[in-house]
Amino acid sequence: MVEVTMTVNGKSVTKSVKGNTLMTDFLREDLNLTGTHVGCDTSQCGACTIHVNGAQVKACTMFAAEANGAEVATIESQAAEDGTLNTVQQAFQDYHGLQCGFCTPGMVMAATALLAINSKPSEAEIRKHLEGNICRCTGYHNIVKAIMVASGQDVPSIAAE
Amino acid sequence: MPKDHGIGASPKRREDIRFLTGTGQYTDDINIQNQTYVHFLRSDQAHGKINNIDTSAAAAMPGVVRIFTGADFEGVGTIPCGWQITDRFGEVMKEPAHPVLAQGKVRHVGDPIAAIVAESLEEARNAAEAIELDITELPAVVDMKDALSEGATKVHDDLSDNLCYDWGFVEENREAVDEAIKNAAHVTTLELVNQRMVANPMEPRVAVGDFNRAKDESTLYTTSQNPHVIRLLMGAFVLGIPEHKLRVVAPDVGGGFGTKIFHYAEEAFCTFAARQINRPVKWTSTRSEAFMSDAHGRDHVTKIELALDEDNNFVAVRTDTHANMGAYLSTFAPSVPTWLHGTLMAGNYKTPLVYVNVKAVFTNTVPVDAYRGAGRPEATFQLERVIDKAARELGVDPIALRRQNFITEFPYATPVAVEYDTGDYHATMDKMLSLMDRDGFAARRDASKAKGKLRGFGVNCFIEACGIAPSNLVGQLGARAGLYESATVRVNATGGLVVMTGSHSHGQGHETAFPQVIAEMIGIDESMIEIVHGDTANTPMGMGTYGSRSLAVGGSAMVRATEKIINKTKKIAAHLMEASEADIELKDGQFSVAGTDKSVAWGDVTLAAYVPHNYPLEDIEPGLEETAFYDPSNFTYPAGAYACEVEVDPDTGEVTIEKFVSADDFGNVVNPMIVEGQVQGGIAQGIGQALLENCVYDENGQLLSASYMDYAMPRADNMPDMANYVVDHSCQTPCTHNPLGVKGCGEAGAIGSPPTVVNAVLDALNSAGYDVAHIDMPVSPHRVWQAMQNG
Repeated sequence: MVEVTMTVNGKSVTKSVKGNTLMTDFLREDLNLTGTHVGCDTSQCGACTIHVNGAQVKACTMFAAEANGAEVATIESQAAEDGTLNTVQQAFQDYHGLQCGFCTPGMVMAATALLAINSKPSEAEIRKHLEGNICRCTGYHNIVKAIMVASGQDVPSIAAE
Repeated sequence: MPKDHGIGASPKRREDIRFLTGTGQYTDDINIQNQTYVHFLRSDQAHGKINNIDTSAAAAMPGVVRIFTGADFEGVGTIPCGWQITDRFGEVMKEPAHPVLAQGKVRHVGDPIAAIVAESLEEARNAAEAIELDITELPAVVDMKDALSEGATKVHDDLSDNLCYDWGFVEENREAVDEAIKNAAHVTTLELVNQRMVANPMEPRVAVGDFNRAKDESTLYTTSQNPHVIRLLMGAFVLGIPEHKLRVVAPDVGGGFGTKIFHYAEEAFCTFAARQINRPVKWTSTRSEAFMSDAHGRDHVTKIELALDEDNNFVAVRTDTHANMGAYLSTFAPSVPTWLHGTLMAGNYKTPLVYVNVKAVFTNTVPVDAYRGAGRPEATFQLERVIDKAARELGVDPIALRRQNFITEFPYATPVAVEYDTGDYHATMDKMLSLMDRDGFAARRDASKAKGKLRGFGVNCFIEACGIAPSNLVGQLGARAGLYESATVRVNATGGLVVMTGSHSHGQGHETAFPQVIAEMIGIDESMIEIVHGDTANTPMGMGTYGSRSLAVGGSAMVRATEKIINKTKKIAAHLMEASEADIELKDGQFSVAGTDKSVAWGDVTLAAYVPHNYPLEDIEPGLEETAFYDPSNFTYPAGAYACEVEVDPDTGEVTIEKFVSADDFGNVVNPMIVEGQVQGGIAQGIGQALLENCVYDENGQLLSASYMDYAMPRADNMPDMANYVVDHSCQTPCTHNPLGVKGCGEAGAIGSPPTVVNAVLDALNSAGYDVAHIDMPVSPHRVWQAMQNG
């Protein structure tokens, strides 16, 4: 067991973990932050995407011990304290960028990470950035649209008929 | 101007808030005090005889609570099949036993052999390594035609062979179809494979069994599209627990696409084991386990013949399909290649004679069952591919050939036992062609050519049978269940409503769309209505969500229950206003007396129902709660015309989708935003089938595509760009037999898109002079390049 201390969603946490505890299990089981989802076991689906020191990381690819001293942000931190959605979350709702919701936390975290490094990504850049995040419900169309809108770009309106 | 509320509006989805903030509650988010964890030791062989399972060393490992094997399930029921097919000779299908844990033999890679229950998942996995298995490997049957050959190894020793059934439909037409094909002016023949698919909802399956010994009550939390069906199948046929002692909860469920309809061994195991050890038992599937234990989809090998007369009218269709059942019969598996496939072989066309032969085959592979579309994509794919091939052979325009043969008068009774109530296939074709700018195709093809690419234009028309299903009809066809749906509408004293539905939402947005319907009926705000689903303890018996049925069947039940509520509130309002009930009108949440200025508000009437001081107690009961069960009188028949343009890179064989249009007729539409999202998702799965996805076994029955490293899921950059992609549903011929006039939209995209893409690829190659008749899906770069070298 090793003791780890990190800041998760703005709060300092110290826990004793096994050396082989994955970050996904640490968040879900030890901290009860169940918004980070596990959709595969080969680091392909991106449902567990979080931010570590501001960078986009698949939580299943790191051990909790590796996050010692890090600033960690999960989906639970993205809305304001009063519940107001952030720009990306709001655009996902406005443009129907989610259906079952299982991939959604990872999609939102991937999108906010993209906009942090590229404030006006092109459609092609968005699609390229999402290649590590699989969605089975939406066909990605409305996810791409939502990210365009969240970055202040014009898109065709939805439900035009 | 689009509506801003009620039917036809697109309010933002209320369920999104919890999903966007990480506060949804999926089954894996449920942890119960004193919970144990189960790991299933699964067969790594496709076929083997179990000689011995020695668990003694494993049982002594740290944290192990108990280890179960097939022997623990002797005297317990087996996993039931919900549909019994009668073959063309009048015999019922072969129905092998499907034990919860393997007994005597393992029959596919992934077949569970032992279940290790431990204090932690890690300890359960470690103990599994210490189980000593003595299994004699047997030859595996993988290819369906090999499985039917003389002397083939039998998947089930107690059956005479590997043929589940040999089904003919319509059997009385068999000779007439043979004769018509023999005498036809032209016959086009096509042999094809509709490959095995894995549904892959992003949430893997999870089951948590709990037992309250003091009350003798079991609870199962599970990732299901239909908790009541699971309760019935598991309670009555596997574990012998009556419904009143068994609760099944399907909370937020992360996608289904068919594969979460079925009752699975892991659900029965967790419920059973929780009773045995008197502690909660949790199982969470890994993705690798999902590939070898979730029921797969499709896997048909087909020969289709289309006969035409000298004027290019379709005169007969004959198909011969081998359908893979896998090693055991999954819940609805036998119905998919038969009633959900054969009955659709008329398509959108007035072909007078159709004969469908299906041989369902057992193999040493994962069971195959319904996957989005379920039988209808297989029917559409073969029919629309053979029509395109016929057009090419005859040198006619594939669009003109389709139009010439369209059904144009409704209702229309097909030669394959169904009656289409409404439709307008020319209208969807016209809409699609105008959105595609077909007139501009030649210029776009030239532009592609200038870049060194081959451009193709592919079209497809389809019809599906949705709104499943009339119970008396499916009963005659072998269903062992009714297929009605239910709703209870509870109006509270202050006027708000809670609607408890037997259908289930796992992405479809029922919590948003269902209130739109009731809000429209009563004239109140949608925020006054809450939808409850997914828990057998607080919803009426319902059959769940699949087959694009939730709104058409579940929504109709909700309408019927709301009508009962409205009738009762009108009686109360008449009493309050001392008027005749016949004169009461309900509009915008106000009851008024026709021809007067008298009115009472919705809330005044609901309050009176619960505070019945001034109330017609001699005529009606207090309270305001009604239940309705709705059993449809027919299927619904959504239809559409799809087209796409592809570019083929002749150097690599790579195919890209450059333009895609769907023109669907779903009848009336309640929430256009949600409908468009459903279609976009279905199209992505169809494009995935056409270009990327393939579940592959080797000749020994080893599953080669058991992770996202090997099974190509469609990703964001495989889809058409926004500017070149339109999903349209403006052609609307309302369903005539349900109160909302709706047809269902959940499966259309997955049915309509695979042939569209493949037809476009073939058009690109054929137009460039390559003599290629067909390429099986997925139309991968390798397959396209190979076809070009041969053609």
